[in-house]
Amino acid sequence: MYRYSDFDEAFVRTRVAQFSQQVARRIDGSLTEDEFRPLRLMNGLYLQLHAYMLRVAIPYGTLSSRQMRQLALIAERWDKGYGHFTTRQNIQFNWPKLPDVPAILSALADVEMHAIQTSGNCVRNVTADHFAGAAADEIEDPRPVAELLRQWSTDHPEFQFLPRKFKIAITGSPNDRAVTKAHDIGLRMVRNAAGDAGFEVIVGGGLGRTPMVGRVVRDFLPKADLLPYVEAILSVYNELGRRDNKYKARIKILVHETGLEDLRAIIEERFHETRAEFGGADQTLLAAIEAAFAPPAFRTAPTDAFDAFYAADPVFRSWADTNLARHRRDGYAIVTISLKAHGATPGDATAEQMRVMADLAERYGHDELRISHEQNVILPHVHKSDLPAVHAALAQAGLATANVGLISDIIACPGMDYCALATARSIPVAQEIATRFDALKLEHDIGPMKLKISGCINACGHHHVGHIGILGLDRAGVENYQITLGGDGTETATIGEKTGPGFAYDEIVPAIERLVSAYLAIRAEPSETFLDTYRRLGAGPFKAALYPTEGKRDAA
Amino acid sequence: MSRPFTPKVVTANALLEGDVVYLTAEDRWTRHHHEAELIEDEAHAQMRLLFASARKAEVVGAYLADAKTGAHGPEPIHFREAFRTRGPSNYRHGKQELAAR
Repeated sequence: MYRYSDFDEAFVRTRVAQFSQQVARRIDGSLTEDEFRPLRLMNGLYLQLHAYMLRVAIPYGTLSSRQMRQLALIAERWDKGYGHFTTRQNIQFNWPKLPDVPAILSALADVEMHAIQTSGNCVRNVTADHFAGAAADEIEDPRPVAELLRQWSTDHPEFQFLPRKFKIAITGSPNDRAVTKAHDIGLRMVRNAAGDAGFEVIVGGGLGRTPMVGRVVRDFLPKADLLPYVEAILSVYNELGRRDNKYKARIKILVHETGLEDLRAIIEERFHETRAEFGGADQTLLAAIEAAFAPPAFRTAPTDAFDAFYAADPVFRSWADTNLARHRRDGYAIVTISLKAHGATPGDATAEQMRVMADLAERYGHDELRISHEQNVILPHVHKSDLPAVHAALAQAGLATANVGLISDIIACPGMDYCALATARSIPVAQEIATRFDALKLEHDIGPMKLKISGCINACGHHHVGHIGILGLDRAGVENYQITLGGDGTETATIGEKTGPGFAYDEIVPAIERLVSAYLAIRAEPSETFLDTYRRLGAGPFKAALYPTEGKRDAA
Repeated sequence: MSRPFTPKVVTANALLEGDVVYLTAEDRWTRHHHEAELIEDEAHAQMRLLFASARKAEVVGAYLADAKTGAHGPEPIHFREAFRTRGPSNYRHGKQELAAR
């Protein structure tokens, strides 16, 4: 893993010292809230519905066991004993007290972590495929480039006051697990005709109130040109992006209004300048970073123990079938630890669970953990012979739910249980859907399903790219839930379509149940997924299931 | 004729903990909605909001929220304000945690 350089260390420590002073000045009254607010937001500190919230960056979703243990310590010492993993590979603490925040940031700095640029109109935490460095389908580990982007974007003097926030996602695999097409910049590693690895550069994707699938602005960008090219995009956006209207300030609107061809020409022109300015220093830096991401010392050992357990234990088998993914190395597997126990809050882990996961990573996982945008935790490198022991330890900690990729593996934003921007609750809806389908014992029969819930139009819950998306709104002072169908967050990214009128809080779970029952009745065969069925038949049969009385009225 | 004025309470978050607070008629901050001053006059509401906003060392983000008369004092009208009187629905944290003690 990448270790902080002296520069990184000094930078983060200096920022903690500065912010400590700022907090002290706010508390003694020498700073007003108007003065303090931008300072706290620069350091990831929000004021939410019931309390402050500290958003801590987990760059490209990668953690060591030591870092995970420190998050557990923070949760216990300064919060309420848990943390919430988010769709941007961050962790949020929901109950910090203002006077404690400097100590929390200092504790984070002790393990090379920070909350810088987790808010504000700057380049946010760069997210990456959570299977990076482990996936069987990967061209190259994208995290060295992600780390390069982190260093370049942190406190970048030109890009601290962009028209709006800016999100970059990166993947090294053709199967896009990082939702790159829904980011301001998406980077997908590809090979050119000569076999060299480079990037397909996607620009102008985003969800929120104007959801758009990103457009390819460059089919193939050599790896060495990445930073100057990204800087060119940022530079053009910084100059031309709209600042007159917050809702039209993201780069997706610039792409839309300028047109892809024209914008591409402007970016290429600027790139001509930035490439000349870079002079290769970034490549020297990248080479050093790449060394830090060398693969772990994989071992070669028999996998008989795995095979025996798999054959003998149906609980283990069920978990292995849903929660394991193919590793690029024979004998290894990628373990997804579900933070979606039925009825629990999606993405939450207690301090005790964090320690269990840290211990497992240290003992069986080459000391690495990942956070996925789907709000689960990953042990990227586990030898198959260790899986029975890993599963047993997870089960004891309530972390062995075998539901990854199924209907109860729900993404849900914090919603109105925490968030000041929310217009409705998301968490209890997720809890009830998961509990309901668990009771029906249907989720394995339903098969692959991405159900995503946002508690407001800003779409932190990625509902637009859910096979089933739920958007919570405030309709005349009552919570109301709108359903979208057919969304897709992968390399075939699609924005889901609204079905029609929304549902009241106590109607949304039955509505989802009707939708899923309709799918089970009309799918061509059990292997046809919900999304495939939707694509084959369109919204018609699903709308009929959602709005049965309307169908009758039309018929009459 | 102008629309009738919906009564209000002044609410904010405490500077140090971020906990939800309400302004009482005695110029004190309370953690309990039912102890808030129910303001029935629009001009008075604006005055009270100005007063609250000036207490910068105590609270953050003061605003006026719709409220109505209840059995034990003012009650919230909108569900968002109702949640603010309790805390989140997934854990018994926040005000409901203190109330349970």
